[in-house]
Amino acid sequence: MIDLCYSDQVIIIIHPNNKDHQNQVNNQIDCRLRQCSMENRIDNIQKEEYNEPLSQRVARFFTGLYSIYQFTIRFFKEAFTPPYEFREIIRQCYNIGYRSLAIITLTGFITGIVFTKQSRPSLAEFGATSWLPSLISIALIRALAPLITALIAAGKIGSNIGAELGSMNVSEQIDAMEVSGTNPFKFLVVTRVLASTCMLPVLMVYAALIGLLGSYLNVHQNELTSFTTFIHDSFVRITYLDIFASVLKSTVYGFTIGITGCYQGYQAKQGTVGVGKAANSTVVISMFLIFIEEMIIVQIVNSFR
Amino acid sequence: MNEIENNIKNQPPEAVISIKNLSKSFQDNQVLCGVNLDVLKGENVVVLGRSGSGKSVLIKIVAGLLRQDEGTVYVLGKDVGSLDIKTLQELRKHIGFSFQSSALYDGMTVRENLEFPLVRNKRKLMNKQVAEAVEQVLNDVGLLQTINQMPAELSGGQKKRIGIARTLILQPEIMLYDEPTGGIDPITCVELNHLINKVQKQYNTSSIIITHDLTCARMTGNRVAMLVDGKISRQGSFDEVFNTENASIRGFYNYNFIHQP
Repeated sequence: MIDLCYSDQVIIIIHPNNKDHQNQVNNQIDCRLRQCSMENRIDNIQKEEYNEPLSQRVARFFTGLYSIYQFTIRFFKEAFTPPYEFREIIRQCYNIGYRSLAIITLTGFITGIVFTKQSRPSLAEFGATSWLPSLISIALIRALAPLITALIAAGKIGSNIGAELGSMNVSEQIDAMEVSGTNPFKFLVVTRVLASTCMLPVLMVYAALIGLLGSYLNVHQNELTSFTTFIHDSFVRITYLDIFASVLKSTVYGFTIGITGCYQGYQAKQGTVGVGKAANSTVVISMFLIFIEEMIIVQIVNSFR
Repeated sequence: MNEIENNIKNQPPEAVISIKNLSKSFQDNQVLCGVNLDVLKGENVVVLGRSGSGKSVLIKIVAGLLRQDEGTVYVLGKDVGSLDIKTLQELRKHIGFSFQSSALYDGMTVRENLEFPLVRNKRKLMNKQVAEAVEQVLNDVGLLQTINQMPAELSGGQKKRIGIARTLILQPEIMLYDEPTGGIDPITCVELNHLINKVQKQYNTSSIIITHDLTCARMTGNRVAMLVDGKISRQGSFDEVFNTENASIRGFYNYNFIHQP
């Protein structure tokens, strides 16, 4: 009976003529090695995840918060000091804005159609299908368009920024920029955060209009309402406050997605695993923050109504 | 190489990099403890050591990418550890850093990779001057034909050369090479060693070359420093360093296959 630990090397001398004994020992070693290696891996994961004392976890959480605070403050400092990277900002606006149009068009259009289709039976019960345009426009402009655009952007743009900066970080490209006398924070972070902050409201407005178009197709299919009448009815109930609040929300969401993606990418460690973690964390944290911000902004805006 | 050694001997020694009592640790792991090293003007200093001995950490501290725990690093007369970001960026324009992984920007062509530092540091240059400078350095490293290729299309040796070209475009006074011959076939290694010597002559650079390749050390180093247990345990010419009974240094020497330059 021998006990082997992970990465142990043991020399066993067996009589060359005794084949049965050889096979038996080999099989036993194979089984034990597999068992040991599995036990060891589980041990390591458990050690990493559970053995950290609570005080250290709390300390790590607050250190992380402070680090995010510093990162955000640095963004504002760098964003307003020259030199400005206008060409890179425009390139990022193109990447973030124009390249997201296809998915925003699809989701906005389908949301408009489906929401109209689902709302119709409830309004039809009261003979109030003529309210459909204003119902849809209120839902789209006040809530759906900013939220859907932000969630899609968190998935598409946020993960892209996190993974891109993460891989640049682990492959020393950010260090290379730094030693070549370029400020990588300004070139990589400021440009991306500004671009996502500027582009999200534009995408939101676009998503709302496409959603209304989808809604119109459904309304027109059932009631032969003209496009002019539909648009007129849609905007009857919409106030400037609604539009302002949605633009404000999208701007905040855009900033949140940009800064989260850049922070996660900038902090990425441990090679390719770190890149995956950065992309994943960006999406999860951005979505979480977007819902919190939605709740807060809605409360604030409603107090002005 | 002899010509450069004679020049160095004839001139009064002027240290462009001066490292005094440098220490650095990562959590409980003490990587460097009390490193002292001077690099004179026009000199190539090779720092040899085993993997994980802190060689890369040493030059990252010199370039200001990492902060030391103790000690001072003077580069061109400035204390790197005490500089603010702006002054450090100014200083970095005089330092070229060739990364172990080449660190070329994936999303840019070779031309754009080379233009990037030049355009950002010399904003008044005309497009034509930038293009000429790019072609000049690519010519110097012998890779003009790759100008429109993406980094993914290049071989490991070509990436290293382009990485060196990108640093040369700012005409640095100091070059820091991190494992210039790491992961490269022996023939390309020798070519890279010749390139390092060419850079020293043509651009009049002073360099720290981090490696564990003894062929590289012998071919490129005017002086060799051996990093053992976080300290420079021995320095001098290649033969002086390895003419010792010290077991770890002898061991390092014996396990390397040396090409005659």
